[in-house]
Amino acid sequence: MNDLNQMFFQECDDLLEQLSSGLNDLEAGAGDEETVNSMFRAVHSMKGGAGAFGLDQLVSFAHAFENVLDDIRSQRLVVGDNVVNLLLTASDHLADLVEAASQGTELPPEQGASILSDLKHVSNAANGTSGDEQETVEEVDEADFQPTFLAIDGDLPSLDDMAAPEADAPVTIRFKASQQLFANGHDPAILFRSLETLGTLEIEADLSALTPLRDGPWSKPALSWTLTFTADDSVDEAAIREVFEFVEGLCELEITAAATGPGDLPPLPAPSDIQLPPDAMAQDTGTASAVAQPTGDAPAPDQSDAAAPATSAPPAASRPASSRTSTIRVDLDRVDRLINLVGELVIAEAMLRQSMDEMPSSANSGVDEAMSQLKTLSGAIQESVMAIRAQPVRSLFQRMSRIVRETAREAGKSARLVTVGDATEVDKTVTERLVEPLTHMIRNAIDHGLETPEARRDVGKDERGTVTLEASHRSGRVVIVIKDDGAGINREKVRQIAIDKGLIRPEDDLSDGDIDNLLFRPGFSTAGEISNLSGRGVGMDVVRNEIQSLGGRVSLQSLPGRGTSVTVSLPLTLAVLEGMVVKVADQSLIVPTLPLREMLQPGQAKVHTLCDGDNVLALNGEMVPIKDLGAALGFRSTPMCLGSQSLLLIEGESGHRYALAVDGIAEQREVVIKGLEQNYQKIPGIAAATILGDGKIALIVDTDQMIAPPGQGGWVDRAWPDATGDAHHA
Amino acid sequence: MTRILAVDDSRTMRSMLQQALAGAGFEVELAEDGVDGLERLETADPDLIITDINMPRLDGFGFIDGVRKGDRVSTVPILVLTTESGDALKQRARDAGATGWIVKPFDEEKLVQIIQRLVV
Repeated sequence: MNDLNQMFFQECDDLLEQLSSGLNDLEAGAGDEETVNSMFRAVHSMKGGAGAFGLDQLVSFAHAFENVLDDIRSQRLVVGDNVVNLLLTASDHLADLVEAASQGTELPPEQGASILSDLKHVSNAANGTSGDEQETVEEVDEADFQPTFLAIDGDLPSLDDMAAPEADAPVTIRFKASQQLFANGHDPAILFRSLETLGTLEIEADLSALTPLRDGPWSKPALSWTLTFTADDSVDEAAIREVFEFVEGLCELEITAAATGPGDLPPLPAPSDIQLPPDAMAQDTGTASAVAQPTGDAPAPDQSDAAAPATSAPPAASRPASSRTSTIRVDLDRVDRLINLVGELVIAEAMLRQSMDEMPSSANSGVDEAMSQLKTLSGAIQESVMAIRAQPVRSLFQRMSRIVRETAREAGKSARLVTVGDATEVDKTVTERLVEPLTHMIRNAIDHGLETPEARRDVGKDERGTVTLEASHRSGRVVIVIKDDGAGINREKVRQIAIDKGLIRPEDDLSDGDIDNLLFRPGFSTAGEISNLSGRGVGMDVVRNEIQSLGGRVSLQSLPGRGTSVTVSLPLTLAVLEGMVVKVADQSLIVPTLPLREMLQPGQAKVHTLCDGDNVLALNGEMVPIKDLGAALGFRSTPMCLGSQSLLLIEGESGHRYALAVDGIAEQREVVIKGLEQNYQKIPGIAAATILGDGKIALIVDTDQMIAPPGQGGWVDRAWPDATGDAHHA
Repeated sequence: MTRILAVDDSRTMRSMLQQALAGAGFEVELAEDGVDGLERLETADPDLIITDINMPRLDGFGFIDGVRKGDRVSTVPILVLTTESGDALKQRARDAGATGWIVKPFDEEKLVQIIQRLVV
């Protein structure tokens, strides 16, 4: 049951996405009949599943929700802005209910009470019923929800074993099947057998209306039966009718109570469809066994009757079957195991290549070709395996539409979300970890970016602001842009705040880009008062940290009066990393290329030694601290002489820069990341490890931990360009 | 062995049906919607069909209609899985050609009882 439960909640996620996507279409005015149908189905499926798991709160809310959708699809309710808003709110609440249910809890009833009553109200209005009537209807429905089934105990004694029941007076049942009864897959013999499980049964078939074979074809059923049924007290007429529940309306059924003997029965009304004289007896022997199987010989349903449903078949039926992509669900652990193995394969291949290279070249001309094929193949396998973890950003984006609605409502603004490229695929872990930063940036965009509806009207903009989420693949990376059409960054204000907070000095001359980047400094907030929305105690610096921990970069562009856009660029996968293999104290280390800006020989630039012995590098008018990697990681106690070293210019979190001194630079390559924390422990300054072609383990340097960013620890400020070189106050 | 074709667009519901029916000793084939169900009937030869109503592409009513109009298994008993049990729905199901109905959420035991009421 646990598996089923889990499957249900996974399915709910998909259904909520389906619902949300339909709502977005409706909101954009793009919805058609199938849009509403698919939304209805989504809610309906959730209701069905929730019922199976006894999630009553979810069931009753989904029920009310579904009613409104049903009203829309049967055109009793016209979709206006109010209705769309109600549906949006309801879908948010439904998501909350699912979330709560998946945690094994329920929401406090008052939480969704107003939405529930709004839904009921809208539905009642559409159906012209008052709330009371609706309740009554529902009660009836409720009662009917618990069908009373035959009280058959697990092991019924067979008829033979059964002592004759306390001879209650027999009941006479007259039964005549219509043609439709056979067409619907019923079989009188089976009905009678069912009845027989309740008591004793004598069956007599009336063959008088049967058409002789030679007078065929038979188009109408002609048999009728008289059953004499005897059972004990516990079997009343209702129990008998229960047996015939499914054929109600498809047969003539008369149940006559005990006192009346069969002989006193009024004759059955002559069925109108009997066309032939009763003397035309068939070959059938006329015994009870003639109850027989109509099966394949059952007359086909009357075509004229059946034509109507055929033409009214749902339009969706004509959609091509090929548009459906078939999928299977795989446990994430299995995928990760596969990715790991492929990682090993890539390493093994690199090791093989390395030992090949060490052999005399004449020996391996044929092997060389095979090797390059192997390399191509293992590359392709790696790519395909990574693609398994890739997911479209659609579900991530759709979660954001809720954030847009809620933030806009709380901030008293009007906003809509436009998503572009939501089929773009990103590693699953990346999409999961993007939720928080994206939420924060969207809140920012609405809370700080968009103007109030009045202000927008005054400058001739649509009162409703637009937030655009755009995803695309660009040169092996995923780029996500969060764009608003608001007022843009108020740079004067940002500058003033930065001065007030001591982040910059009044005389610093900053470019627009530099000012915009101040937003990423820790603790920065432009809101006049810390708002409850985007505030929440975190700033864009936290967003940047989170993005960087995913191996990504974030940048910001703003045009006054036109809006702001934040661009996030992320690696396609977290399993491999592009790195520079460097040598330090005879060890190989990997420095990620992402934060790497430049490689320098100290001779090319000026190195100054400060009074405390630290070295700084003068670079384009900026002073950049130099950190000896070997000393920082404890490979040696004192920094090596700079003259023999190479410098890697690193730009870390929040834009601070420093130069990393290494003994030598070997090559640039892709490495497979091997976590250290789960195998060993966290080591300061080390992000992870990898295995190189020679089979040796190399540690991957955490460039952000090499030196504390400004405002944290020793570094108070970064040196601004043109800040006349006196960055000594460090 | 009694063969059953179960048609439902919900993964969860399909698994539940599969579990309940296979557990009761039936041979189960699953289909995802009406179109899929009809495609399966080109080769499958079930003794009974269970179908959901609300499904994409082709709903339960359309599916039943397709079965009844087909020439292979047109009189096979068809049970409709429904969350509602109103008379209107029963009437509609009956008119569409359904043999019987099961109200969701169903109890495995009841499901098996109903099936046994319909197949030989």
